Amino acid sequence: MKTTQPSAIVIGAGFTGCALAYDLAQRGFAVTVVERGELASGTSGRTHGLLHSGARYCVTDAEAAIECIQENMILRRIAKQCIEYNGGYFVALDDADLGYAPAFFQGAQNCGIPVEEIDVQRALAAEPALNPKILAAYQVPDAAFDPLRLAMAFAASARQHGAKFNTFHDVVGFLRDGIGNICGVSAVNRHAGQPVDFRADITINATGAWAGKVAEMAGISVPVRPTPGVMVAYEKRVTQRVINRLCEPDDGDILLPQRRMAVIGTTSFEVEEADYIPVYPDQVKQMHQRAALLVPELENIKMRGAYMSARPLIGGLMSGRSLSRTFKCYDHQTDEEVNGLVTVTGGKATTCRVMAEKTADLVCQKLGWQRACETAQHPLADYHLYYS
Amino acid sequence: MTEQLWQVHFKVHRQRTGGKPYVRTFTLDVDPEEYILDAVERIWALHDRTLTYRHACHHSTCGACGMRVNGREKLTCITTISSVTQNGGTVRIDPLRNFPVVSDLVVDMGNFFLRMDRSGFNSVAPLAAACLPYEQPLTAENSIDHEPERLVDCIECGLCISVCPAANTDKEYVGPAVLASLHLMYVQNPTQEFIDQADHHTGLWRCHSAYECTEVCPSGVDPAWRIMDMRKKVMSDRIKSIFRPRSSEKKNAQPA
Repeated sequence: MKTTQPSAIVIGAGFTGCALAYDLAQRGFAVTVVERGELASGTSGRTHGLLHSGARYCVTDAEAAIECIQENMILRRIAKQCIEYNGGYFVALDDADLGYAPAFFQGAQNCGIPVEEIDVQRALAAEPALNPKILAAYQVPDAAFDPLRLAMAFAASARQHGAKFNTFHDVVGFLRDGIGNICGVSAVNRHAGQPVDFRADITINATGAWAGKVAEMAGISVPVRPTPGVMVAYEKRVTQRVINRLCEPDDGDILLPQRRMAVIGTTSFEVEEADYIPVYPDQVKQMHQRAALLVPELENIKMRGAYMSARPLIGGLMSGRSLSRTFKCYDHQTDEEVNGLVTVTGGKATTCRVMAEKTADLVCQKLGWQRACETAQHPLADYHLYYS
Repeated sequence: MTEQLWQVHFKVHRQRTGGKPYVRTFTLDVDPEEYILDAVERIWALHDRTLTYRHACHHSTCGACGMRVNGREKLTCITTISSVTQNGGTVRIDPLRNFPVVSDLVVDMGNFFLRMDRSGFNSVAPLAAACLPYEQPLTAENSIDHEPERLVDCIECGLCISVCPAANTDKEYVGPAVLASLHLMYVQNPTQEFIDQADHHTGLWRCHSAYECTEVCPSGVDPAWRIMDMRKKVMSDRIKSIFRPRSSEKKNAQPA
């Protein structure tokens, strides 16, 4: 068992990287975060912003749904400062949607998601902008969160436990010791244009959709497919609740109120390169049509923004160990005999805390460090304090 | 992409930490309805990987991507190219003013965020708790017809500080966003703590009433009105306090 303080490098400061930095720092690690841009400047910042109740997955993927509702309840406690507690409706627009309702209701109950059927007239009174032709409505505990501030709150908490954040530092390679183990990373400080090395007992690749590219620098293949989807924001907050279409997960099935806006998403297609994904006008048009199905007045409301976010979907036959079906954590020692490197990828914003917990468990086990995770128990530090 | 592409020249402020600033021009074929931030991201992705800039949400909820576009403060994720130039035109992109430039388009928001923290501000709040006592909370019913100004819409982007002429002449000035936040806190709970942060020559009394902050805010917040209103309240409380015995006098009046 290790007795001196272990050290870790976390590559990536999206939700997973920030939550992992916090988890490891809280367990006593000396943590260094290396991120090529600003916090949450990849997929995390561009998320839809939905704190999932899990109901979206309760029929197709119960395991993901259970994970979502558990984490939803934890984040409501610890990340209160970043969340708009809107609640959500699932609404049926046609007979096919109605046909889905029994499986949905049963599925949500089986997964432990508080679900309640709401009388259509009551739902329309609460959300007057909803399509008046809805046939059924169910209420679930969805919410909206502010993406940058959620990452900042985890990062602020990590910093209070001593973690060091190096944003605008691009990792360009891995450092190896005399026997080929990874013992750190070479990076470039992009502010100054200067090379800089960071060393630690273990390095964790938490770069989401870019995990494959980063692992490639160590000669390792991680089967991540960047899978973007489009989101369209409107100039008006047309509903107070998250409006989900009562159907199997589909394009443009979630309309989210956020601040003074409504945000509709999303689509799904695979790309090779996630650094620059254009916003395709045909997809924006498709979202516009979908949004108007849920809330007809959106047809005539001005768009405020449109953006693409690349989900990290895991493909291929898994060689790595599966800690959950929704995200994966690879110990490259067991699979490729490269010691000192762990990759975590996949997952959803809602489940970032548990991804960090499972990854930190694996890291602790590898290094023989026995400290339990406490991130579910304490509120996160105020997001502003990332700068303290 | 639509059929009609524009050719636009982007003149971008470049600067290494501690180095001399210079301008580099990138010529791009763009869809006029693309956003400025999309063009900046494309310059980084396809033309120059050394360019640094801040961004996160790409739809005006986070406040990270404030820059000056042709000299004017803009949230670049919601500013279309067609709104600032024309086919064949030039777009100048600079970092925000009145913040230290770290490199290129990246400014240091640290001091500003810590002041916002001290003022008690939280940018994401339950709607019911986000209003002044005399403001109508936003509900499903009234949001359709009324869009009351609410401080909670502040996304801490720093545009109001960049545009403020008073902030430009006094680096110590706490600036519009922080004063607006102090106004909300003071009205909800008038404690000395909030007066101490606002009632001094680099606080409430530094403002020139230029109203640029209110003009530039991408979220429809009205910091200038809030500063004026807080001045009135602080003055009125000061006058009232003249007619109240001070706590120290009370103490001294106690028999030994």
